[in-house]
Amino acid sequence: MLKLRVIPCLDVKNGRVVKGVNFVELRDAGDPVEQAALYDAAGADELTFLDITASHENRDTILDVVSRTAERIFLPLTVGGGVRTTDDMRRLLLAGADKCAMNSAAVSRPDLINEAAQKFGSQCVVVGVDARQTTGGKWEVYTHGGRTPTGRDVIDWCREVAERGAGEILLTSMDRDGTRSGFDLSLLKAATQAVRLPIVASGGVGELKHFVEGAEAGATGLLAASVFHFGQFTVSQVKTALAEADLPVRPNPSPFQAKSRT
Amino acid sequence: MTKSLSIAVVDYEGGNLASAARAAARAAELSDIAATVSITNSPADVRNADRIILPGQGAFADCARGLESIAGLKDAILTATRSGTPFLGICVGMQLMAERGLEHGTTEGFGWITGEIAPMDAPGLRMPQMGWNELNFSHTHPLTDGLGAAPHGYFVHSYALRNTKPETLIATTDYGGPVPAIVCNGNVAGTQFHVEKSQTVGLQILANFLTWTPETLCDVYA
Repeated sequence: MLKLRVIPCLDVKNGRVVKGVNFVELRDAGDPVEQAALYDAAGADELTFLDITASHENRDTILDVVSRTAERIFLPLTVGGGVRTTDDMRRLLLAGADKCAMNSAAVSRPDLINEAAQKFGSQCVVVGVDARQTTGGKWEVYTHGGRTPTGRDVIDWCREVAERGAGEILLTSMDRDGTRSGFDLSLLKAATQAVRLPIVASGGVGELKHFVEGAEAGATGLLAASVFHFGQFTVSQVKTALAEADLPVRPNPSPFQAKSRT
Repeated sequence: MTKSLSIAVVDYEGGNLASAARAAARAAELSDIAATVSITNSPADVRNADRIILPGQGAFADCARGLESIAGLKDAILTATRSGTPFLGICVGMQLMAERGLEHGTTEGFGWITGEIAPMDAPGLRMPQMGWNELNFSHTHPLTDGLGAAPHGYFVHSYALRNTKPETLIATTDYGGPVPAIVCNGNVAGTQFHVEKSQTVGLQILANFLTWTPETLCDVYA
């Protein structure tokens, strides 16, 4: 049986890990490569780096972080932030990313999704969708780290990115991000019912039960940053909570056993 | 002193080659095996290698075309495997070992593994299958030594091998029914999941691959 994925996310700015509350007031908390290695050892199922300076500043620092991470850990790595062209993707993939998350660029030029899927395969194309609730049980797509409204309906956009060849959707509730009040479950239910793609839930985790709720709402990936980053929970505690709710989690793998060449 | 083991990671613009090469190098390092890993599209390198790894991502037809676009590369793989070189295909690299793929039209594969690569059905489940799934072993095999209890591999795919022979299936995984996860015929083996992204499970399989001495040749060469 396929297991739920517990995915620590590292927000990276100028090569350092930060995590903000509602995307402002960032607090610096460490070296992303060291953090990635810790999460790898702690049983994380994937890792995500979000390069939050990408839209504004020099983004080559992330390539170095990705490359140094990929030298050390053998776990799927998604990198998002500032991915505007298939050339940006190529650089990240060559540096060692397995998947690239595109957000604003996909909204302003949706053909980028088709081009990326055609060029590199759907398996590495993640579309990040930042959602803010409007009225009547609907959500609007925002871009640029949640600052720019687009007028697009989130569920329609999820359907469109699926048709265009995305392999996964990273769905962030901008209303919940940083609030620790739990995932937006109605958003997750609506999106997971609308598309067959795997959906990674993001934004709002503050308690262990929130992971359980996200999985029960249909997300197959559960992403969180600050609860891991500031040590509120370990990955293992999250997995235990999921397992206690009869949800499928991956046990930690056995240690490597050296073989001798005969 | 043993000579350094040469490992050719075949470069045909078919996927995340650097990860496969890094993982193979790490598996060698952890096992104290002197190894030289090269990412190469040179037919001579492939013919002379002690081990061949074929990664692959994207669509079967694109990967097959990519492989054939480099003069002599596919022939080098066929020549080397015919002479007994151990081969490991990863993801679409494993799928290419089948008789044919049905993604974006019908395309011929290497024909080492009976069956074709077809869309997965898996009603009610997300598509692609993306994430960690447990390996269920149908045969013991040197490639799967030392994996410990309940090993999982990291899968990303929406096409899978079907109509294969049970004797070539080393392991399956369950995604709306059994899905081939590890296949082997003589000296050629493949994993549907990403060994290079499956933590110690993947490193262990790669290390096993480096020390593997196949007892038989792929039977299509017999």
